[in-house]
Amino acid sequence: MSAVRERLRLADQQRAFAAAVLDPALPAPDGVVDPAGRTCPKRFGVYRNNVIAGLIEALQDSFPAVCRLLGEQYFRAMARLFVTAHPPRSPVLLEYGGGFPEFIAAFEPTATLPYLAEVAHIERAWLEAYHAAEAPSFDQAALRTLGTMVPERVGELRFTLHPSLRVVRCRYPALTIWRMNVADGVPGAVDLAAGGEDVLVVRPGADVEVRALPAGGARLLAALGNGRCLSEAVRIALPRCAPDELSMHLAGLLRSGAFTAAEAGTAAGAAGAHSAAHPRLHQVRRRGSRA
Amino acid sequence: MDRCHDSIPARAGVSLKPKHYATVLEHVPAVGFFEVHAENYMGAGGPPHRYLTAIRERYPLSLHGVGLSIGADRPLDRAHLARLRQLIDWYEPGLFSEHLAWSTHGAVFLDDLLPLPYTAATLRCVVRHIDQVQETLGRQMLLENPATYVAFADSAFEEGEFIAQIVRRTGCALLLDINNVHVACTNQRWDPERYLDAYPLAHVREIHLAGHSCIEDDAGRPLLIDSHDGPVCPPVWDLYARALEQLGGVPTLIEWDAKLPTWSQLEREAARSAAMLDAQAARNSGTAVSAATRFIGPPGETGPQGETGRRMSVAIG
Repeated sequence: MSAVRERLRLADQQRAFAAAVLDPALPAPDGVVDPAGRTCPKRFGVYRNNVIAGLIEALQDSFPAVCRLLGEQYFRAMARLFVTAHPPRSPVLLEYGGGFPEFIAAFEPTATLPYLAEVAHIERAWLEAYHAAEAPSFDQAALRTLGTMVPERVGELRFTLHPSLRVVRCRYPALTIWRMNVADGVPGAVDLAAGGEDVLVVRPGADVEVRALPAGGARLLAALGNGRCLSEAVRIALPRCAPDELSMHLAGLLRSGAFTAAEAGTAAGAAGAHSAAHPRLHQVRRRGSRA
Repeated sequence: MDRCHDSIPARAGVSLKPKHYATVLEHVPAVGFFEVHAENYMGAGGPPHRYLTAIRERYPLSLHGVGLSIGADRPLDRAHLARLRQLIDWYEPGLFSEHLAWSTHGAVFLDDLLPLPYTAATLRCVVRHIDQVQETLGRQMLLENPATYVAFADSAFEEGEFIAQIVRRTGCALLLDINNVHVACTNQRWDPERYLDAYPLAHVREIHLAGHSCIEDDAGRPLLIDSHDGPVCPPVWDLYARALEQLGGVPTLIEWDAKLPTWSQLEREAARSAAMLDAQAARNSGTAVSAATRFIGPPGETGPQGETGRRMSVAIG
């Protein structure tokens, strides 16, 4: 056989193998045999099972509260549909499952649990925050500087959001439900008509922190994240905001490590409460120098 | 840090799991080295990097890739190679290994180590990719022999000969997974002793030992599954002893990836491997081995006691 034809054959074999791994309705590919040269669907099924079961387990690890809400058997059946329809596109499996909350939102059989996809969004945000780039949050010195600034200058501040920060806006009390279904949470009655919850997820240090945002907090963060200065952001997000309400918002966000830096004005080198350098992504402290 | 920790010693190591991070940093147990799956540390930041950085300061580290898909008949994923290169720059592992397998097709990643037909075309493909890996990473890689469940009608090489050809053409070294030898030989009905005789042992730089499980194949015969979910079984220890006779001392990893054991269970497995390595070293140097052979820590001091969990001061960025 010529080299080119052999090469095509390897590509064809792998295409058929991959298709049959993902679709149990397909037979094991031609040329895949047992040691006696016979077809061997059961042996081939080991690969199919390794791939599918492995991906289902990855989802189960990433969405523990969704799994607890549905029960393991139901969750795994639903996850199986997702992994065969949306297999990973990257070998970095810790990123896998980004589309799972939307899949759940559109999943007809669980439509009677409308908060389920929102709980999944919180779990996904948690996972993203867990693996997000490191960045120093606003430190105490920067906070003190902020406290000495005249109020007009405070309004000009532009904040840099922490790279791990995620906001999940929920129409249902999904944060309450999530808390009841992770770790040693105890499920209890939840009034689904009680209204939505906006959730802040951020990992300023070693631990992911999840908390409810007060009304208007999600809009304020969105405006600040879009580069608006504080006074503009407040005008957009909290038009009827009283001064004490605004300082409560800001104090809460600063305490939760939502920001890494603040700069006054837009001109280069503007003075202000500039704290640590802007987050530098993908940087890890090197150990020692090469001897 | 002490740079002598950078090369992997001919001692027993274990695969590092998040479940054991805190124990390792708190007690700094006497383990020869740790090994991690590269892909588990490809997030931008977060606790995995914080812990691994702290553990790397105290132990030699081996990096084991499971997603490069060296056997796929498509170009290697350059972004993935770049991620590997970055991890190697960050952690300076003593060894880097990958598999004789494939796991990507089209844009899809199939989360398993899929088998290859041993043909001239596969050989050319694998050699081309290993050349590219070694060039991009600027170092020699180790290639691991697979655990397989099926054969290919068009295979033209025996596995040992196929691997020897790869070594000859690429200059790569080998990770000999002895559990995989046992699993593949049982499943393919090969003789494991003959397998080791044909295998290019002179190029082995690391050994893997692991547990497996057993089901039945289509003909009702035992089919071993490379599940890494239990202790190393007796025939694998026997093969290991036989390999050590020929190899002398080689860094040996206990792999345990599912149904994770307690730290002390894992330590017991590593201690058994360490005792066999010590006995082999004693035979090589012609001295008797003490009955109190033990699992010795890194040379010199064992390093500062690590802070654990949330109070860990090791930072990234």
